[in-house]
Amino acid sequence: MIKSSLARKVVMALSGLFLVFFLGQHFVINITSVIAPDTFNSWSHFMGYNPLVQYLLQPILIAGVVVHFVMGFILELQNSKARGVRYVKYKGDANASWVSRNMLISGGVVLAFIALHFYDFWLPEIAYKYIESNPEDATRYHAETVHKFEPIWRMVLYIIAFVLLALHLLHGFASSFQTMGVNNKYTPTIKLVTKIYAIAIPLGFVFIAIYHHLNPITH
Amino acid sequence: MKLTLKIWRQKDAASKGKMVDYPISGVEGDMSFLEMLDVLNEQLINKGEEPVEFDHDCREGICGTCSLQINGEPHGPDRLVTTCQLHMRKFNDGDTIVIEPFRATAFPVLKDLIVDRSALDRIQQSGGYISVNTSGNTVDANAIPINKHDADEAMDAATCIGCGACVAACKNASAMLFTSAKVSQFALLPQGQIEATERVQNMVRQMDLEGFGNCTNTGACEVECPKGISLENIARMNREYYSASLKG
Amino acid sequence: MGILDSKVPAGPLADKWTNHKNQIDLVNPANKRNIDIIIVGTGLAGGAAAATLAELGYNVKTFCYQDSPRRAHSIAAQGGINAAKNYQGDGDSNYRLFYDTVKGGDYRSREANVYRLAEVSANIIDQCVAQGVPFAREYGGLLDNRSFGGVLVSRTFYAKGQTGQQLLLGAYAAMNRQINRGKIKSYTRHEMMDLVKIDGKARGIIARNLVTGEIERHSAHAVVLATGGYGNVFFLSTNAMGSNVMAAWRAHRKGAFFANPCYTQIHPTCIPVSGDHQSKLTLMSESLRNDGRIWVPKRLEDAQAIREGKLTPLQLKEEDRDYYLERRYPAFGNLVPRDVASRAAKERCDAGFGVNKTGEAVYLDFASAIERYGKEKAMTSGIKNPDKNTITTLGKEVIEAKYGNLFQMYEKIVDENPYETPMMIYPAVHYTMGGLWVDYNLQTTVEGCYAAGEANFSDHGANRLGASALMQGLADGYFVLPYTIGDYLSNDIRTGAIPTDAPEFDAAEKEVKDRLSKLMGGKGLHSVDYYHKKLGKIMWNKCGMARNAKHLNEAIEEISALRADFWENVKIPGDANGMNQELEKAGRVADFLELGELFAKDALNRNESCGGHFREEYQTPEGEALRDDENYRYVAAWEYKGAPKDAVLHKEELVYENIELKTRSYK
Repeated sequence: MIKSSLARKVVMALSGLFLVFFLGQHFVINITSVIAPDTFNSWSHFMGYNPLVQYLLQPILIAGVVVHFVMGFILELQNSKARGVRYVKYKGDANASWVSRNMLISGGVVLAFIALHFYDFWLPEIAYKYIESNPEDATRYHAETVHKFEPIWRMVLYIIAFVLLALHLLHGFASSFQTMGVNNKYTPTIKLVTKIYAIAIPLGFVFIAIYHHLNPITH
Repeated sequence: MKLTLKIWRQKDAASKGKMVDYPISGVEGDMSFLEMLDVLNEQLINKGEEPVEFDHDCREGICGTCSLQINGEPHGPDRLVTTCQLHMRKFNDGDTIVIEPFRATAFPVLKDLIVDRSALDRIQQSGGYISVNTSGNTVDANAIPINKHDADEAMDAATCIGCGACVAACKNASAMLFTSAKVSQFALLPQGQIEATERVQNMVRQMDLEGFGNCTNTGACEVECPKGISLENIARMNREYYSASLKG
Repeated sequence: MGILDSKVPAGPLADKWTNHKNQIDLVNPANKRNIDIIIVGTGLAGGAAAATLAELGYNVKTFCYQDSPRRAHSIAAQGGINAAKNYQGDGDSNYRLFYDTVKGGDYRSREANVYRLAEVSANIIDQCVAQGVPFAREYGGLLDNRSFGGVLVSRTFYAKGQTGQQLLLGAYAAMNRQINRGKIKSYTRHEMMDLVKIDGKARGIIARNLVTGEIERHSAHAVVLATGGYGNVFFLSTNAMGSNVMAAWRAHRKGAFFANPCYTQIHPTCIPVSGDHQSKLTLMSESLRNDGRIWVPKRLEDAQAIREGKLTPLQLKEEDRDYYLERRYPAFGNLVPRDVASRAAKERCDAGFGVNKTGEAVYLDFASAIERYGKEKAMTSGIKNPDKNTITTLGKEVIEAKYGNLFQMYEKIVDENPYETPMMIYPAVHYTMGGLWVDYNLQTTVEGCYAAGEANFSDHGANRLGASALMQGLADGYFVLPYTIGDYLSNDIRTGAIPTDAPEFDAAEKEVKDRLSKLMGGKGLHSVDYYHKKLGKIMWNKCGMARNAKHLNEAIEEISALRADFWENVKIPGDANGMNQELEKAGRVADFLELGELFAKDALNRNESCGGHFREEYQTPEGEALRDDENYRYVAAWEYKGAPKDAVLHKEELVYENIELKTRSYK
């Protein structure tokens, strides 16, 4: 089944929707780092040490990311082969939005960002827990996070990544419904929700990054 | 009107092609785009040069023979028209117009602006029909009542003229809109239910085999389609395909 | 009777076809596998025949010059398809459809063929619905009908303004099913260059691969020509640019008689010519005459002012308009047959009442329909005392639902909004009733060579009624040929495959190649279009809507001279080995240049006015057509003898046993 173009697309749509869901959940936890640092600490600790999250959800999430990207690249490769000779003049903006035509660019940036994000948070966390075997400390997360945003370059990189993520979501979220075969009277609503979600969530992350950059912990 | 045309010239399928500039004058707004090319060809023939070859037939927007990527868009800048019904009043004096063949690996160029779109026929051959014998000994036509809304929607899908503009417009050269139009027409009618499973599977398989790209829902096909075939058809085909796959 | 045997079966009219089918020979399924049939042309007639014959088990090869069978010009038929279903309960029947068709054809068609057509018409609708053709429906889910010119019942089935498209796609789908099974081999971008006869029978064709330029031989036990009409002899017509007479004319040169070439239908509702650059004309469906009213100004000075742009049609008061069809033909009004409507438009324009710059256009006005529908819609929507704006808005919605695509097409071409200002229309060449002579079995005078659809002459007499072309094409292809060809092929079950290395193939191929090199060898003064346009002018001016002996004689001379000039001086760039659209056109125009002359000769021979053939010498004082049943109640079938002027006339007397010959009256 995975051989057919439609099956591959449904893989893209499902993994994408899963990542959209994950993003929302990630945001809910992160926003507490601004409004309630203690909650942030306890939730982070739960996510970091709950075996269900660590050994089931985390691998699924990583698999989701990998599948989404690998499949995305395979499809892009096929797509570029489908037009061997390019147009001398191609007026893509006449009939489709920039975001819909450049998912590879926005997706690529997001992928690079995920690498950075892993380097920043996930690898140290894995090292802390499983390599250095440090004892559990349910209070360290907030400070660590805020600390990360001290250098301005990191804040800027995060902002850029979130802008591209927003663009990626602007097309991808609603598009996954079309791929799943949903195009009916609810489609305008889906498109509206997509717009709100795709802008609000990345904007929230941007806000968090800027907030922490501007409010460093000084001690 | 005076115009500069930049036109793709290619001797045959095996040769390499290139863009060639042709100035043209005396173009009138009431001319169709193809009539403008007729004028150019008449001039070329009288000069002893080979005319530009392009596909065209009915010149009333229904046969689907005419193609052309005009200034980066299939059938040019106007909406809901084929090239033969695009009129020169949509252009301005002094314009430069770039004219290329529809580009897709599945549509090899045969000569100049003519491409081979038989891949689309092969998709239809793989399942775009209802297997009833043409004996006429079927049930009375009114024995199959069909909800008007469904019939109208089936008709809307069935108006596809198979010109390939959807493929030409799509950044991925995908033929999903074309394929889904036929799948939808039959999916919406009771007569089409019996073979629904095989039909969608076979047509999608053939579409993939022909080397068309994948749909990324950019919607370019719907915008450029001269017959206004809706993206809803693609969603419907997706549903048909998934339910066919689940049935096995 | 001469040498023409129509082979009409004996017996009462209504039983002829059934009896005939019961008595003809059949080929058993195992033998069908050993028999090959070539079908040239893949429109409604060819596509339907190919699908059915392949389904029966014959090996079918189809040929079309287009890049896909789906592009055949049947696709452009807009209005609908007639069938004597009597779903409306308005008194329709096989007999009435038969009667209307014979009368509409001005009593110049063969009774038995027309009755058979009416008889199978209902089956076509059943068949097409089963195939998934999305005909228009009513809210109850049953099929909808509209009415068409020349009849008093609603028997026309339709799919928006794209009926031909949907029916063709149905036939194309049926073909695809057989292609998928390997029973049809479809040759696209191939043009038939000649018919090959062995021992007097049609046994194959020479075709040119339009992509590679290769000349190919294809053999078969029977050849079907379903190659459409020859309206493009006029250069400007509603036909597709590629529509041509080549296949039929090649068969004619090989012995197939050409019948009634002068019967041409000039369709009354086309978009007027806009300038010299014009390459083709666009039809506005006849169905528009259901709701549109045709008029010109009553006063010459108003017409003059409109032509000069000083007055708009909207400024003209009701009493200053001449609804000339309603005035002249109160019973049928705007729904008179096409020939009558066309001539009436020409008469008004010739008298100086034309309404566009060239003076060759009349108005088709939807204002009263918009008002009528608007009021009706307001009532059903529960709006009491609607104001004028509401009525207009609602009325426009109804009109849009019915004719939206036609209105849009008009606006794209003319750049005027037909919802606001009346459409301008003028007659244009649309359909040719004449064609290859065929007997009741659709066989031409060449044994084994059949002609179907518009390519034959059979069913429409001197004028075709609206929505009957689709009916005839599908009837011939789905329901007639499969029986009659089987009868003929039952003698061929032991013949075995026809070898393509027979000397007859050698000769035919050589002839084709010589002709091509002769075309390529022209001195090169003028393009093919130059000649085609000149021919078109002669045809339109002298063999058009109104003809007279003087003009026809001139036309014969002029066409003959033009033909000589063409062969001497035509200029075709490139070469014959490969794709060459100019060469394709040249071959077609060369045949038009012969056909055109025969056309004029036939028109000159027919000293009467009937249907689409109007001779100025033969008219009533009121300007109505004057038929001569005593001397011209026959089919004129022409035998090829070299130059068109030497063609020999054979007459098939038409016998009317079931219908009384009357002067057509639509008053």
